[in-house]
Amino acid sequence: MLGKTAGSLFWMARYLERSENNARLIDAGFRIALTRSATAPAEWKSVLVTAGVNQAFQATHGDYSSARVIDFLLRDPANPSSIISVVKQARDNARTARTALTRETWEAVNTSWMTLVALLKRPVREDDLPDVLTTIRQQSAQVRGAINGTMLRNDGYYFSLLGTLLERADNTARILDVKYYLLLPSVAHIGTTIDNVQWETILRSVSAHRAYRWLYGAEISALKIAEFLILYRQMPRSLAFCCERMEDNLGQLAEGYGEPTEAGRMAAALNRERLAGPIQSIFDGGLHEYVTGFLRATAALARQIERDYRFVE
Amino acid sequence: MLRGKGWRISVFFDEMMSQEGGTRSPYRDYCGWFEAEDAARIQRKTQQAEAFFRTTGITFNVYGQADADERLIPFDVVPRIISASEWRRLSRGIEQRVRALNAFLHDIYHRQEILRAGRVPTSLIAGNEAFLPMMMGLDPPGGIYTHISGTDIVRTGADEFYVLEDNARTPSGVSYMLENRETMLQMFPELFAKIPVREVSDYPINLLKSLAACAPPACQGTPTVAVLTPGIHNSAYYEHSFLADHMGAELVEGHDLRVVDGRVAMRTTQGYKAIDVLYRRVDDDYLDPLNFRPDSMLGVPGIWDVYRAGGITIANAPGTGIADDKALYSYMPDIIEFYTGEKALLPNVPTWRCSEPDHLREVLDRLPELVVKEVHGSGGYGMLVGPAASRKELAAFRAKLEANPGNYIAQPTLSLSTVPIFTKKGLAPRHVDLRPFVLMSPQGVTITPGGLTRVAMTSGSLVVNSSQGGGTKDTWVLED
Repeated sequence: MLGKTAGSLFWMARYLERSENNARLIDAGFRIALTRSATAPAEWKSVLVTAGVNQAFQATHGDYSSARVIDFLLRDPANPSSIISVVKQARDNARTARTALTRETWEAVNTSWMTLVALLKRPVREDDLPDVLTTIRQQSAQVRGAINGTMLRNDGYYFSLLGTLLERADNTARILDVKYYLLLPSVAHIGTTIDNVQWETILRSVSAHRAYRWLYGAEISALKIAEFLILYRQMPRSLAFCCERMEDNLGQLAEGYGEPTEAGRMAAALNRERLAGPIQSIFDGGLHEYVTGFLRATAALARQIERDYRFVE
Repeated sequence: MLRGKGWRISVFFDEMMSQEGGTRSPYRDYCGWFEAEDAARIQRKTQQAEAFFRTTGITFNVYGQADADERLIPFDVVPRIISASEWRRLSRGIEQRVRALNAFLHDIYHRQEILRAGRVPTSLIAGNEAFLPMMMGLDPPGGIYTHISGTDIVRTGADEFYVLEDNARTPSGVSYMLENRETMLQMFPELFAKIPVREVSDYPINLLKSLAACAPPACQGTPTVAVLTPGIHNSAYYEHSFLADHMGAELVEGHDLRVVDGRVAMRTTQGYKAIDVLYRRVDDDYLDPLNFRPDSMLGVPGIWDVYRAGGITIANAPGTGIADDKALYSYMPDIIEFYTGEKALLPNVPTWRCSEPDHLREVLDRLPELVVKEVHGSGGYGMLVGPAASRKELAAFRAKLEANPGNYIAQPTLSLSTVPIFTKKGLAPRHVDLRPFVLMSPQGVTITPGGLTRVAMTSGSLVVNSSQGGGTKDTWVLED
């Protein structure tokens, strides 16, 4: 497989995952804006920071009104992380890697692009926002379904999966990075409960508030939430889940190519050193420091994958 | 009722309806089916076809328009049908022509006997931008220059076929030929059970075989074939990816390639891997920034030296464009006779070369009735259709002609045949042409039965180019 093709599959999957994650972030932010209008601007700001586009927003917009932020996140072509930009990038990468995709996968990506271009032609009214966000998530799920159901389990499949997992781990870590201050005080003062709405927002932004209930019942504790998002291996958006799978995929690639890589070693080290737990030790070392370190490590891993598999010259 | 309200017996030859009002024989079975069909169902199928093309991404970009403008080429559901005997005649003529072109290219880049014999003027070669002096004396692997060509054919009567152009550079449209058939099979499977239509679907595999048969001396084992594309923004990118996909070949861009150990190699996830045959869809000028245009980002620095040393096959061979030249076209009957010893089986359209003063005079006199084309033009750009031009356009073109006559040729406005298209009001005749696709290797010439039928979607229009709003039809060649 061409290095460029591998890179395009990786990035196609990253961008698709990003569209879905950003839809979740908007959803969670919108819920707060509706129920607690006083804290809405702060919440929108944290959504923008999580998506990595707060500076770009400030440069062109200024105040954090719901309508402006939503439009910026959904439709602004000048925002490289807006849903429309991200889906366009996913499609461009899919076109570049067209020969490595099944017809079903390509058509799912292309349909998703056509659907969203039509859907986001005009500003989205707040009434319609939940439907639009659902459609975005569904489109991404459809592509994932096509990949799952039709792609050969060979290098192309693993590159796309690596992109998905890396983006997802990055996203969950960013959510923690922005919200860690909400989790911290309650650890220091055992017994005080953290703000219910806030922790729910965190869980909602990874579509896991119900799963959390099933696992932990009514107990709302910062430690448990952090454990769930970082170390819980059955949770498909936890850092541990993503990193474990990345190590597996890199192992499969190394086996297929008959050559172990530096990226594979880095993924193994990431799992061993950062995701073995327990959660208390992560808090002891400082949650913020932990998350920052994790983000650095995944960024380095992404660069190493790119080098090992020659995405670019 | 088969005919729409707008139908009138025209002066043009219609391939479905004879002048007497009956159905011509190749269309008999189809028309029987059509008359029994519900027009609303066909209308619905037409819309489904459009959705299918969009989802599949069979779109093209129009140069100079915004990047969001991906357009569909209109597809018409009424097939263009060619009888077995008509096709036998066409394919013999096309094969003769392509073999002659290949022999001509070999000669032009070696002993130039046709120039010595005075059958083609030397000035036409020496002064031609498409002539590549660097190809002199060089033997392309297998002796093949025109691996892929697309011979444009027009029809003006029951027995009158003309060759309009020899596209020997990088003819496009073959993916439409294949997808049009695919679409028809999906929409109207029953038709293919009823009517014996020859298959086209083996084109990609024939292309692969044909390219592999031209592997260079340096090739070891099974030849590695790749398709070189300028990238996703090129108007024919869909076709490039389609062909690579269906051949099981890598689709590469210039930045995927470099010269490694005397071979052109592509950057794979496991390191550089040598390519034996490169089916390039970029022009000669852009192939090698070291040897041609230094600003080219599309090519591979040093590929020329590898080519010369027998390290890679480039298809079509560099310098093939000279055979595409519209001024040279007028000499094709002589060229065919010179190399094959036979008369041309398919005639040329009579052509005035404006470089010759008496021709120019006649062209200027008769401008309103002629079609004038640029010698190096393609895609319907830069041409004048006299009968359709305004007085102002004629005057402007007259000035261009006088300023640079050597840049133009002129031809009579042909009465192109018509084939009906399906409209809301029923069938309506539209002008068509035909581009069969021809593969050539040391093992022989393979012509896919049929080809791409292009159709002018506007009533009366003679311009079928997709860049000018033309559409396409599935093309059927019937079994004997």
